[in-house]
Amino acid sequence: MVTNLFVKDRVAIVGAGMTTFMRRALETPRELAWEAAKMALDQAGLTLKDIDCVVIGSAPDTFDGVHMKGEYLADGSGAFNKPMTRVYVGGGTGVFIPVSAWWHVASGLCRTVLAVGEEKMSPAHPHPQYVFRYIWDPILHRPLEPNLIWIFAMEMRRYMAKCGAKKEDIALVSVKNKRNALDNPAAQLAANITVDDVLKSELLVWPVNELDISPVTDGAAALVITNENVARQVTDSPVWIEGLGFTLENQHWENRELAYPRYLNYAARMAYKMAGIERPWKEIDVAEPYDPFDYKELHHIEGLMLARPCEAWKLLKEGYFDRDGELPTSPSGGLLGVGNPIAAAGVMKVAELFWQLRYEAGKRQVKKPVHRAVANAWGDLMQAGTVIVLGN
Amino acid sequence: MSVQKFPGTKLSAKEMYSLPGLVESSPQAKYEFSAGPTISRFLKGLKEGKILGRRCPRCGRIYVPPRDYCEFCHVPLADWVEVPDTGRVETAVVSYISVKRERLEKPEVVGVIRLDVPGYPEDGYEFAGLFHRICMDPEEAKKDKTIGMKVKARWRPPEQRTGSILDIECFEPVG
Ligand SMILES: [Zn+2]
Repeated sequence: MVTNLFVKDRVAIVGAGMTTFMRRALETPRELAWEAAKMALDQAGLTLKDIDCVVIGSAPDTFDGVHMKGEYLADGSGAFNKPMTRVYVGGGTGVFIPVSAWWHVASGLCRTVLAVGEEKMSPAHPHPQYVFRYIWDPILHRPLEPNLIWIFAMEMRRYMAKCGAKKEDIALVSVKNKRNALDNPAAQLAANITVDDVLKSELLVWPVNELDISPVTDGAAALVITNENVARQVTDSPVWIEGLGFTLENQHWENRELAYPRYLNYAARMAYKMAGIERPWKEIDVAEPYDPFDYKELHHIEGLMLARPCEAWKLLKEGYFDRDGELPTSPSGGLLGVGNPIAAAGVMKVAELFWQLRYEAGKRQVKKPVHRAVANAWGDLMQAGTVIVLGN
Repeated sequence: MSVQKFPGTKLSAKEMYSLPGLVESSPQAKYEFSAGPTISRFLKGLKEGKILGRRCPRCGRIYVPPRDYCEFCHVPLADWVEVPDTGRVETAVVSYISVKRERLEKPEVVGVIRLDVPGYPEDGYEFAGLFHRICMDPEEAKKDKTIGMKVKARWRPPEQRTGSILDIECFEPVG
């Protein structure tokens, strides 16, 4: 991975906003986008007049059931008569939104960008899982009538087999994240549950039970991203985007090892190099690894090099990733606890790190002092890795 | 200062279904996909009871499923080779739900088969392989020894084959 960066402007996040994450929102997708965008602007102390460009991210149009979703969401997102970009890398979109906003600002093209992610998944009937059938290869895979969860179950099983992790070891992620979500007023599935509750929840595709998975969610989240000059004017505590990375694996997941996320590791190395981080396991204080499934958080902790391959589940058992642990992960409650409106979920993770780095996370604030944080998202067929490193 | 309340209004299922102006829409989209020259040839092979791969003239990888080009060397692939219809279980899961998330009457075992194809390092990150059903007892499939287990393709009788991935009924344990 060779990157050649000529950065004109240093880039900061100065505001974040989100809606409550929930199943069956009364608000339309563009109203959700508007609520999150407005909150982010208010938090930054800015108005739409201060926004030069807008970046919107949303995963497949089929969830909301509206085509050209970028254009559809544009007015609620404040993109009226402004340069607007929609980005999309499946579930990786959420973190790709601030990544894209970064290059809008770093290049000098735009001073201040409103970055918005939205997804409304509850309109799809009988269940949005059915919509996912279109991600499978039409010739070689769809004749087998695969359910979306198959692919994650296959990856989880491979991780278990290769790393010696048991279902109960992995279920602890769900327990931790749903517990963390109890302190998040935006959370959909906050709960005090036990490993046993996870193991006894509906068995969908062994080894995956219902409580191993994040829920169906509607929601939006937004960030205000600007250059150093503006950032210094509007706040005493900007959060800097210090590194970013994004890489794509091939689509042929049946031809590669699923126990380790190479797609993420390349992106992470790119981001750490840019941020000047050599030992992420020591230098990162708090992380929001992407957790649509419980095993996925462990997978991503390893891909982000916050633990050695196959070791994350052992550290988890020791409380290493708890909110008061050595390296807190998903202090927000993650997708498992807060919810998973796909593109908005990744933005929520970056928003959480923004609040953590400003010591504004309230009851969710991690115990240790925080200087540097990393979030990732992942998408497509075990393919897309998107990473962002933040610092205060 | 931390945010205590976030915007948005949650509806119960009952509230949603009694909303004024609730619109139901079922797009009736239908697609016909062509398999392309390479996969068409592969499917023709399946009809003849053969699994065909394609070799990269530069790096020697044999791709199964075959491709038109080597994604590493970015050169066109040349030779076709018949590969063994045997391999090892790379991963296996037991599905209790259908594509629409309805409960299945009989659970189904599916997974990835790492095929016995030369040219790849043993246990390497990349391999030639297929995603397919595995004909075995679901409870057996959950045991540790299933991963790495030897399997072989169970072919449909020739007269029932149509040139589809389903010409292989499943992979089943051997020995
Ligand atoms: Zn090659």
